[in-house]
Amino acid sequence: MGNPLLQVSGLNVTFATNDGAVNAVRDLGFEISRGETLGIVGESGSGKSQTVLALMGLLADNGQAQGSASFDGQQLLGLSSDELNRIRGTRISMIFQDPMTSLNPFLKIGRQMSLVLTQHQGLSRRAAMKQCADMLDAVHIPEAQRRLSMYPHELSGGMRQRVMIASALLCRPALLIADEPTTALDVTVQAQILGLMRELRTDFDTATILITHDLGVVAGLCDRVIVMRDGRCREAGTVDQIFYRPADEYTRELLAAVPRLDFERPQAEVTAVDLVVAQEQPPAKKNDRVILLQVDSLQVFFKVPGPGIFSASQTLKAVDGVSFGLVPGETLGVVGESGCGKSTLARGILRLVDVTGGRVCMLGRDLGVMDDNALKEARSDMQIIFQDPFASLNPRMMVRDIVAEPLQTHQPDLDGAAVNGKVVRMLQRVGLEPGHMNRYPHEFSGGQCQRIGIARALIVEPRLILCDEPVSALDVSIQAQIVDLLMELQASLDLSLIFIAHDLAVVQQISHRVMVMYLGRVVEVADRYSLYAHPKHPYTRALIEAVPIADPEIERRKSSTGLEGDVPSPLDPPSGCAFRTRCRYAAERCALERPRLRMVDETAVACHRVGEI
Amino acid sequence: MTNRQEATRAADTGSDTAIKGRSLWSDALQVLRQNRAAMAAMIILAIVSLLVIIAPFLSPYSYDFTDWDSVSVGPSFSSGHIFGTDALGRDLFVRTLYGGRISLMVGVVATAVSLVIGISYGAVAGYLGGKTDHVMMRIVDILYALPFMFLVILLMVLFGRNIFLIFVAIGAINWLDMARIVRGQTLSLKNTEFVEAARAGGVSTTRIIRRHIIPNLLGVVAVYVTLTIPQVILVESFLSFLGLGVQEPMTSWGALVNEGAQELENAPWMLVFPAVFLAVTLFCFNFIGDGLRDALDPRDRSR
Repeated sequence: MGNPLLQVSGLNVTFATNDGAVNAVRDLGFEISRGETLGIVGESGSGKSQTVLALMGLLADNGQAQGSASFDGQQLLGLSSDELNRIRGTRISMIFQDPMTSLNPFLKIGRQMSLVLTQHQGLSRRAAMKQCADMLDAVHIPEAQRRLSMYPHELSGGMRQRVMIASALLCRPALLIADEPTTALDVTVQAQILGLMRELRTDFDTATILITHDLGVVAGLCDRVIVMRDGRCREAGTVDQIFYRPADEYTRELLAAVPRLDFERPQAEVTAVDLVVAQEQPPAKKNDRVILLQVDSLQVFFKVPGPGIFSASQTLKAVDGVSFGLVPGETLGVVGESGCGKSTLARGILRLVDVTGGRVCMLGRDLGVMDDNALKEARSDMQIIFQDPFASLNPRMMVRDIVAEPLQTHQPDLDGAAVNGKVVRMLQRVGLEPGHMNRYPHEFSGGQCQRIGIARALIVEPRLILCDEPVSALDVSIQAQIVDLLMELQASLDLSLIFIAHDLAVVQQISHRVMVMYLGRVVEVADRYSLYAHPKHPYTRALIEAVPIADPEIERRKSSTGLEGDVPSPLDPPSGCAFRTRCRYAAERCALERPRLRMVDETAVACHRVGEI
Repeated sequence: MTNRQEATRAADTGSDTAIKGRSLWSDALQVLRQNRAAMAAMIILAIVSLLVIIAPFLSPYSYDFTDWDSVSVGPSFSSGHIFGTDALGRDLFVRTLYGGRISLMVGVVATAVSLVIGISYGAVAGYLGGKTDHVMMRIVDILYALPFMFLVILLMVLFGRNIFLIFVAIGAINWLDMARIVRGQTLSLKNTEFVEAARAGGVSTTRIIRRHIIPNLLGVVAVYVTLTIPQVILVESFLSFLGLGVQEPMTSWGALVNEGAQELENAPWMLVFPAVFLAVTLFCFNFIGDGLRDALDPRDRSR
């Protein structure tokens, strides 16, 4: 194996805070050879990011690193910032989580990328630009030359992450550190980026440290894996060891928490999930129970100012004719890439945005014709849970006031003691303590904040809850807890849920039926088993294929040809079938005629070629 | 930090009955108490205010009494003029305190006026948005275009000279800035998910503005207020200088500083004493403003 490229031993990272020293990383040791990929896995707060920040000399001011980190024979810890600067960017590069914020919005792509070259290698402007264009080609950005003169906001999220990777590779670094490189991206884009990284690894012979909380990502890409918790290494080994023969209790827990599409959950543990799974069918057939929510060809259009000063405003069709019904106790999953209109759909149903056309009926009453008072009353039956657990709670209100607010709105005559009592019961119901009432949201973790959000939604005893990506911002193990909580609450309170997510695995776990959306339209609706076992629409297939599976064998076997490209702009959707531009089965007819939903084996699907493929 | 640990412990051990509500303000006060600069500023400000209120009882002289025996003499304890006298032989100590009455009153009242109007106007315009916002902000623009002096003179002509008119005039101008700042903040706040959550919960518009928008504006507002109070005090002295504000023999800090500046060479104490009072007061307001901003933000408490 030769000399390892990077050898870390006895690494300790401590932060001096007002509450005393906090040990973020304790006695960590690992090594990585040239061309090897190492995954560091752990939940948030496990110290995985601090580890690499310490190596790069990027710790916050109150942080201190001790131990030894020898990179190609050179000791990294304790270098002056000048010496570090010579290594950073040339020998070691880093890719950050959020491609939206790690590019400077005021600099053109080409200028931003070439800075590294002109600074570190003293290349001329022209030569640097040439090399940048070549590198953009290498990361499969179409029309590379033209992109160089674009600003970051003109590119999509996936494109930006490609640009980040390209600039990280410009100086041909020996070591590439990727800190959650795909967490902020859609599954399809994630699959593209992971495929790209796999390919580049062989092309550039770069050693890679991949930091992530998603075991699925690790499975396909890494040679060796370190599992971290509370700053310590819990287990280290090859991918196969970690996934097939995990020795550590915590590793097993992490693996169990990963939602799986293949649905081969171990029979041993019976969780709430399994109980519902065991019930198999949606609670009842549609015709012998009331329909709780009926949505008829709902349309939500936004007016967007045109490109020029005098050009007419354009119409953005965020939701374009979506219909479905929901019975009590049923969960409808809604999936699609970002920009497909799934969040707007939820807001349209709740009338948080103005609806352009169509009807939403709650228990047979049309929400569209209601006056403000009636609407307020109807809203006590439908509540919403948001994606970002922190942003959805007012930072200046205490938990008690946050949870009690809907109650005070809908039952203003309750006195303080009664409200307190209800709040306490509700907090206990969602797994929080009554003592948490007098605290502010920032004192809680993401998972706890999401529980507060759930408590707020449930306090008025609604019949329907719209969950807008409620677990996307959470760690895998916390995700599982929140999903279990939602399912358990649903079973005991006979709630209906609309569960919006871009993570198909979670959706499959919780939903009875799943609706797949693309550019504001429904492309497929099916019960979860047929959807995942026999996806009809090419888009659904692509989505399912893109989900990383926590199984190295399956991941390695995956063909790298996932879904190409990005979602087209909803301002100017393709004619006919909106998906045809990315569909490998697209035919002439798809461009001319818009496919309607039709039933094929109990599945509603909108595709012209469904029979042939 | 011990405070928070105690609070946490108390919360953890508390049962259903033992939980009592805390409010944003009582919490903020607790944090403010730990802020030494802000506390010192508050104490100094309290002393200054107290002095200003009981001024007549502290000195044998009245603010308009001319002591012909000691015209323009320096500070001395023997003569009883501890701050000295001005060119007309009036006791500077008493005049400084009386001037403080006017200045503090103008500062506080005019700022309070601009605060109340500015926040409610800006928050409503920003939150409702659309056409309402357009109309409301264009009204602000039109008021901006009115010359301030013209407005003051007009008021004087219509209602006669009155110190309260000065309050009204200054307040009426200052709320425009406040409204603009508040509106801008509101625009970004109203798209946050917690506001959306409140709307989904059926919370009424007034309640959303009161409970969700305004508390989150307080940080910016607190800073702006500390900038406004000094500004208002200075505007008043400017008006007095033009003969539109306080009239002799009544005075204000601004007017005193102005007089003192002209006599700087032969009677420096006439500038020094009022200027020190003015500066110390303005400092105090700044520290209190900073302290308030930190105290009103629960997220900062973990530090």
